[in-house]
Amino acid sequence: MKQRGKELGIFVIILILLTFSFIRNRTVLSPENLINTSRLIGIYGIMSLGMSFVIITGGIDLSVGSVIALLGVLLSIFMVDKHMGPGLSMLIVVAMGGLLGLANGLLVTRLKMQPFVVTLCGLLLYRGLARFVSNDETKGFGDSNGISGVKALATGNSFFSIPNPLILLVVMSVIFFLVLHKSTYGRYLFASGYNEESARYAGINSRKVITLAYVVCGVMTAISAILFAFYTNSISPSTHGNFFELYAIAAAVLGGCSLRGGEGSVIGVVLGITLLLVIRNLVTLLQIPSSLEYAVMGVVIFIGVLADTVFRKKGTTVRKSTT
Amino acid sequence: MLLQLSGITKHFPGVIALENVDLDLAAGEVVAIIGENGAGKSTLMKILSGVHRADAGSMAFEGKTLQVKSPSDALDHGIRIIYQELSGLDNLDIASNIFLGREYRKGPFVDQKKLNDESKKILERVGLNVSPETQLVRLSIAEKQLVEIARALSLEVKVLILDEPTSSLTIEETNNLLRLVQELRSHGVAILYITHRLDEVQQIADRVVGLRDGRNAGKLSRSEISKDAMVKMMIGRDIKREERSDAVGGEVVLELSDFRSARYPDEVVNLEVRQGEILGMAGLVGAGRSELVRAVYGIDAYRGQIKVGGKAIRIKSPQDAIFAGVFLAPEDRRGCGLTVEMSVKENTSLPKLKALTNFGLINFKREEAYAKESVAEMNVKTANLNTKISTLSGGNQQKVVLGRWLAMKPKVLIVDEPTRGIDVGSKAEIYAQLREIASTGTAIWMISSDMEEVINVSDRVAVMHEGKLTGILERKQVSEEAIMKLATGGH
Repeated sequence: MKQRGKELGIFVIILILLTFSFIRNRTVLSPENLINTSRLIGIYGIMSLGMSFVIITGGIDLSVGSVIALLGVLLSIFMVDKHMGPGLSMLIVVAMGGLLGLANGLLVTRLKMQPFVVTLCGLLLYRGLARFVSNDETKGFGDSNGISGVKALATGNSFFSIPNPLILLVVMSVIFFLVLHKSTYGRYLFASGYNEESARYAGINSRKVITLAYVVCGVMTAISAILFAFYTNSISPSTHGNFFELYAIAAAVLGGCSLRGGEGSVIGVVLGITLLLVIRNLVTLLQIPSSLEYAVMGVVIFIGVLADTVFRKKGTTVRKSTT
Repeated sequence: MLLQLSGITKHFPGVIALENVDLDLAAGEVVAIIGENGAGKSTLMKILSGVHRADAGSMAFEGKTLQVKSPSDALDHGIRIIYQELSGLDNLDIASNIFLGREYRKGPFVDQKKLNDESKKILERVGLNVSPETQLVRLSIAEKQLVEIARALSLEVKVLILDEPTSSLTIEETNNLLRLVQELRSHGVAILYITHRLDEVQQIADRVVGLRDGRNAGKLSRSEISKDAMVKMMIGRDIKREERSDAVGGEVVLELSDFRSARYPDEVVNLEVRQGEILGMAGLVGAGRSELVRAVYGIDAYRGQIKVGGKAIRIKSPQDAIFAGVFLAPEDRRGCGLTVEMSVKENTSLPKLKALTNFGLINFKREEAYAKESVAEMNVKTANLNTKISTLSGGNQQKVVLGRWLAMKPKVLIVDEPTRGIDVGSKAEIYAQLREIASTGTAIWMISSDMEEVINVSDRVAVMHEGKLTGILERKQVSEEAIMKLATGGH
């Protein structure tokens, strides 16, 4: 119930923002702007879905941005320098994303390291590796073998000019919705996120469940990395993907995930990333100084979480007192 | 009267927690407050200590109207509450805990020496012979409780509220605590003593106040206090005592040989649990009983052999144990036994979920039916299946834990302190259910620190002391003395 209310709340905020800015500037709802914004929503949304799984376990993945840079650089190296086919290159990149996630998951569940620390090290390590393997040079795809076909995944549109990344996000969201809210794995994920110990006592292999969440996050990050690399076609290893993990975390939190674990919804996360990117878009269109972009987003996230905390606090007092 | 509460009423949405409750308390007396879980004892204490505010009613303290708007108001008046769940800080030492927020200072620095000296004096008073520089994490539950009381005494305390103080204590520790309560009474402290343990009430209370469903259920003066009278007052009916069945026990279902738990690697345990029996396991707190069953259930590592139904198996995780038909209802219901944030339905179906799916997706109708059946079978009282399990009483929570294992046809059911913190009525119900489960051929292994429970419910009693299995008593040999002898080391 509460979750539904929150999702509706974010949706209403998005509508209000769009209406308000439409009055100020008609280009907000122009086809070009809508297509471009929704393309970004697709690219950012996919990694946010992955992040939400990790956050539901009570963990976090700070390495997402750096992984996007590293995998983007590698994709370019595979396709341009090594002349590998685009299909194979993308497959390897996705597999690598999964492996990096697996490493995070095993470090967290087997060695009981803290997710924040593990992935903070990853953030630094992968950024460094990205710069090293590329000799700190900006990478692109030029006119490498087969690039025009696969590039359309990120830059092309399908039915009624809907951007391909958005279509991909919708498909992924449906799958994630089924997994999270309808499958045993989803239930186990929530149970392990709330209380790993009691999940274990109930016979759930919570280590496996949690590790898998990191793998999922890695794979989704890799898919976003591919799309983002094709989208920019210019991967500067020191800045590409900077702060992306924070977008994903903010989207998940706005959408109702608790950083304590055990809470979250797919619809919430998708609405969360939509809100963030709409705001970013409006900053540009409404000619708010772009230096204020992060500040505006920070304030909006803060207000969203604050409103939720106040709301939730009222709920818990009632709940606690009746026990 | 030192303290007078009259007409205290507190409503929570949908629940009447307290209705027109009166209570009075004089300096230098111990008043026991008894009642089933949910009778309103804790709410009343929370109002008195400033955690909640009453909707109606008045409080008077030393003849003046008492306004308690926050816990610090209560403290200012000398009202101290020691909660069931201890609130000390494990990472600090005893002295720091006692004087937390009121440290002695020398200029800008903490005067550690004075802190320690003062702490030592108070610790002597509560009978805790430990250096004040000991980290709290190293103390047992009983010792931590004494530290909390020491903290209360370091302030001026006129009213001391003890909420289920002995539920985790051994018999010896309980006696220590009761002695301390008597000493405080003789110094004029007024004590409100909340407990489920009627023996203790008999030993210590000057008066008894009963609560039932948020209302006053009666009072007993010192001369009227008897177990039957108290039980009657709490539940409004007589409880039938569990009749001991004749010797039961068929084939050996669970067999431990050369078994060593990680906690006590030098102690070898050999144990058999038979079909249809309830094997009680007694011992003082820290005897290693929970550690033993945790190892059997695959939570902790072990050495040695486990045989289930004559077949040697290796249990590396709870999944292995469950697969072999061995189930554990752990001691810590809220931390391990249940996922308290989830609903009754989700908790019930959690271990069985895989079987309630179509093509990997949960079949919500079947899940609902499954939970409904289990809830009905165990007679769980809940508003509906989607109720959050944290809102249920302890007894009903325990029934959910038992119910979810029962539905999976256990060969061996291990229950660790199955009725801790559970009211008398629900206890009797749980005993009957355990007996019923055993009669279907399940082997039950019940760890319990409640002597009455061990004696009344078990067919045989195994006793442990510091990791060692000191003896197994057949039904005829079971007596309190025999158990205590073995529990203290056996001779």
